[in-house]
Amino acid sequence: MIEKILNEITLKVWRQKNATAKGAFETYTVKNISTDTSFMEMLDILNYQLVEEGKDPIAFDHDCREGICGTCSLFINGRAHGPDNDITTCQLHMRKFKDGETITIEPWRGTAFPVTKDLIVDRNAFEKILYAGGFVSVNTGGVPDGNAIPIGYDESESAMDAAACIGCGACVATCKNSSAMLFVSAKVSHLARLPQGKVEAVKRAKSMVAKMDELGFGGCSNTGACEIECPKGISIASIAKLNREYLTAKFME
Amino acid sequence: MTVLNSKIPKGPLAEKWSEHKAKINVVSPANKRKLDVIVVGTGLAGASAAASLAELGYNVKAFCYQDSPRRAHSIAAQGGINASKNYQNDNDSVYRLFYDTIKGGDYRAREGNVYRLAEVSGSIIDQCVAQGVPFGREYGGLLANRSFGGVLVSRTFYARGQTGQQLLIGAYGALNRQISTGKVELFSRHEMLDIVKIDGKARGIVARDMVSGEVKKYGAHAVVIATGGYGNVFFLSTNAMGCNGGAAWQSYKRGAYMSNPCFVQIHPTCIPVHGDQQSKLTLMSESLRNDGRIWVPKKKEDAEKLQKGEIGPNDIAEEDRDFYLERRYPSYGNLVPRDVASRAAKERCDAGFGVNNTGLAVYLDFKYSIERLGKDVIEARYGNLFQMYEKITDVNPYGEPMQIYPAIHYTMGGTWVDYNLMTTIPGLYSIGEANFSDHGGNRLGASALMQGLADGYFVLPYTIGDYLANEIQTPKIDTNAPEFEEVAKDVKNRLDTLMAIKGTKPVDYFHKKLGKVMWDYVGMSRNAKGLQKAIELIAEIKTEFWADVRVPGEQNELNQELEKAGRVADFIDMADLMARDALARNESCGGHYREESVTEEGEAMRNDEIGCYASAWEFKGEKEEPHMHKEELKFETVELTQRSYK
Ligand SMILES: Cc1cc2nc3c(=O)[nH]c(=O)nc-3n(C[C@H](O)[C@H](O)[C@H](O)COP(=O)(O)OP(=O)(O)OC[C@H]3O[C@@H](n4cnc5c(N)ncnc54)[C@H](O)[C@@H]3O)c2cc1C
Ligand code: SF4
Ligand code: FES
Repeated sequence: MIEKILNEITLKVWRQKNATAKGAFETYTVKNISTDTSFMEMLDILNYQLVEEGKDPIAFDHDCREGICGTCSLFINGRAHGPDNDITTCQLHMRKFKDGETITIEPWRGTAFPVTKDLIVDRNAFEKILYAGGFVSVNTGGVPDGNAIPIGYDESESAMDAAACIGCGACVATCKNSSAMLFVSAKVSHLARLPQGKVEAVKRAKSMVAKMDELGFGGCSNTGACEIECPKGISIASIAKLNREYLTAKFME
Repeated sequence: MTVLNSKIPKGPLAEKWSEHKAKINVVSPANKRKLDVIVVGTGLAGASAAASLAELGYNVKAFCYQDSPRRAHSIAAQGGINASKNYQNDNDSVYRLFYDTIKGGDYRAREGNVYRLAEVSGSIIDQCVAQGVPFGREYGGLLANRSFGGVLVSRTFYARGQTGQQLLIGAYGALNRQISTGKVELFSRHEMLDIVKIDGKARGIVARDMVSGEVKKYGAHAVVIATGGYGNVFFLSTNAMGCNGGAAWQSYKRGAYMSNPCFVQIHPTCIPVHGDQQSKLTLMSESLRNDGRIWVPKKKEDAEKLQKGEIGPNDIAEEDRDFYLERRYPSYGNLVPRDVASRAAKERCDAGFGVNNTGLAVYLDFKYSIERLGKDVIEARYGNLFQMYEKITDVNPYGEPMQIYPAIHYTMGGTWVDYNLMTTIPGLYSIGEANFSDHGGNRLGASALMQGLADGYFVLPYTIGDYLANEIQTPKIDTNAPEFEEVAKDVKNRLDTLMAIKGTKPVDYFHKKLGKVMWDYVGMSRNAKGLQKAIELIAEIKTEFWADVRVPGEQNELNQELEKAGRVADFIDMADLMARDALARNESCGGHYREESVTEEGEAMRNDEIGCYASAWEFKGEKEEPHMHKEELKFETVELTQRSYK
């Protein structure tokens, strides 16, 4: 597609000084934005402008800007990661917007993800869920040769599908129950599908789900909204896999 | 005069590491429990080190500037990780991996270090498999390999186009396991701003809590820097926005020498710059060169039409395409090392054969491999990269060749370390991309992940014991000691100064300006006059920065402009040292191309008479010129030849 210039865009942005302050929307305009500009570059331009005007720039989370680190986390026009499919916010480009459009930008919402400042949220709850067992319990050294246990191509590929989760939290932000089920199930099924992770699969599922409940994430009512907004195409089939591991756990109690 | 002791063990190359391990000190489990180690950085190097040290019993404090260790920039590595497993039966071996790395680095790395790297490479793969890394596999269930540039065997292990992500998730899992047991205490969103020395030894760090803005002190018996590379000196690079050279630079200012800062890798296959609003460049993995063919038009008029947008790539007939890498380098073809491929692209574009509106792009074409293997196979191999390309450029690479151009990607230079990975400050270690150790003048593809994990899993956990064995009597480090107060005061003063300037220009203004100077004069092609000019221009930028930067907001809150200001201040200083190092090295080698040192055909010409050294710069004070020490590189095993990929 050919580059075009968007003459003017209006932005309604959530501003909140810190975790305890009360937030509110503020309105800004940016001008002459190329459609080849990424959404985050558009925010850079706005922030540059704000600093020049002696105002406080908008705080937003980002790092790799290529869709892999999972840092970026904006809720744009009512959609996690904005109006495009299978992408993170940093991969969104201005060609998805029309000249003169008003764009609403909010942080992830959900009790388990409190706002830190403006558009930045605290996703520590995800870390805590992983501490509860999101790993294979092996130390460095003393492991068998990489080819000692053959793993079928399909098994390995489906483990990879689940392992692609970037921990961004879009699934939670999208879910009306603020459930972390897609995130948890992605980790559980990544590891349960491999012989190395299988050993602890049942225990892992049980303790990660318990932690998730404890941290105030809601329950999963299978609406499937998470799957649609997940930038990495994590499928709710993972949730079914988790449920199987989890039922086994319950069964064995 | 030179104080450098690389501590390379004596004896035959293949026995150095085992001999060394046998001789160095070991700390007993009971004593390990009494010793604290700080690891700054949670990328592949830092996470693997922190986890392994904690498993051994040390008490570890780990730091990262992101909100989670999983977001370290190692996550973005796409193509793969090398190991000399010889699973393909193509006559690979530890020696061959060692030799390829030394040669690829244009004979500017230490033999001893590189051999050790090759030696432990196999164990890395085993470790990662045990952690549940879903490497690509063959139908029979065994691990699959692909080829990378600069080698003739197939030894690169991969997890689709997300190898770094999967390796990091493995290391992060190991780290999380140690966090859950309490052996690692994690400080995310904490930026190290200085190191603290007591009686000459590294004893801790001062870091800023990036949420509250509080400046805090942390003590330990040893400190490990694993903070990655400084490619962002150039503003535009494939690095993440937050990648910085700060920790390495602060260490330098406290006495850790900086080695080969001018050795920067320019990656040939990145998405070209689209305009002046661009914030970063995106890599298209080197693995694509396995199946993509690089070309530009043979005829100038075709190139001109492409530049004007009058025709598209598919309008150019087969016989009018110049596959210039295959033409110039028939034996390696599209898989020549990165520095060679980058310069060849620049040469064609400078000659007027660039294919986009800026004239700074060449084609990477998958048409041929799609015809040969089918679209499904290509999609399975590179699907996520193709998607990434399409999202950025709005062009479908299954139907039209990708446009690519070289971009800053990796820094071979870094903190000088000895064989034990210790810097010139006792008790301060540097691992991963942050150190200079293994890649010489040019890093081969898929070798950074290997090095980061080698350092973290299999080298540092042994070598740090040698130092800590002498520290078992040292009590817990008291962070109320005057040395800590002093450094904390320096850090606060600097933050105060940055806030107080209240100038007129945002930080990015300076960063972009610096980046342009670096790209123009300290980039792909360098000469003495340009480098001298760069040194002057950098000094001007420095003066302007400290007089006119505007940092809004408060210090005691989350303040992203303040974070950036500190990093850019360090980049400016670092840029100066890079230019000096490039000026001092009056030869071409690896990624360092000096126009004064080329063959008649324009290929880089190394000069072993003057260039067989690793520079090690010593900080002499803010107002003084830095002093360069030289570590002479001795080659006992390989014979130095001009690299040829023809
Ligand atoms: C796009 C891309 C693709 C790549 N692909 C490949 C590949 O296919 N194969 C390959 O071998 N190599 C590849 N590389 C190179 C490789 O990824 C890196 O060299 C390597 O991952 C660096 O790892 P590291 O652990 O040294 O540093 P990083 O992963 O960069 O980690 C740095 C850590 O330090 C922390 N940090 C930095 N500064 C501070 C501070 N002041 N205070 C506190 N914490 C700090 C960060 O938070 C982070 O945790 C690629 C690089 C890029 C950019
Ligand atoms: S499951 Fe998808 S949406 Fe949820 S954290 Fe992972 S990548 Fe993000
Ligand atoms: S910034 Fe890394 S995924 Fe968006």
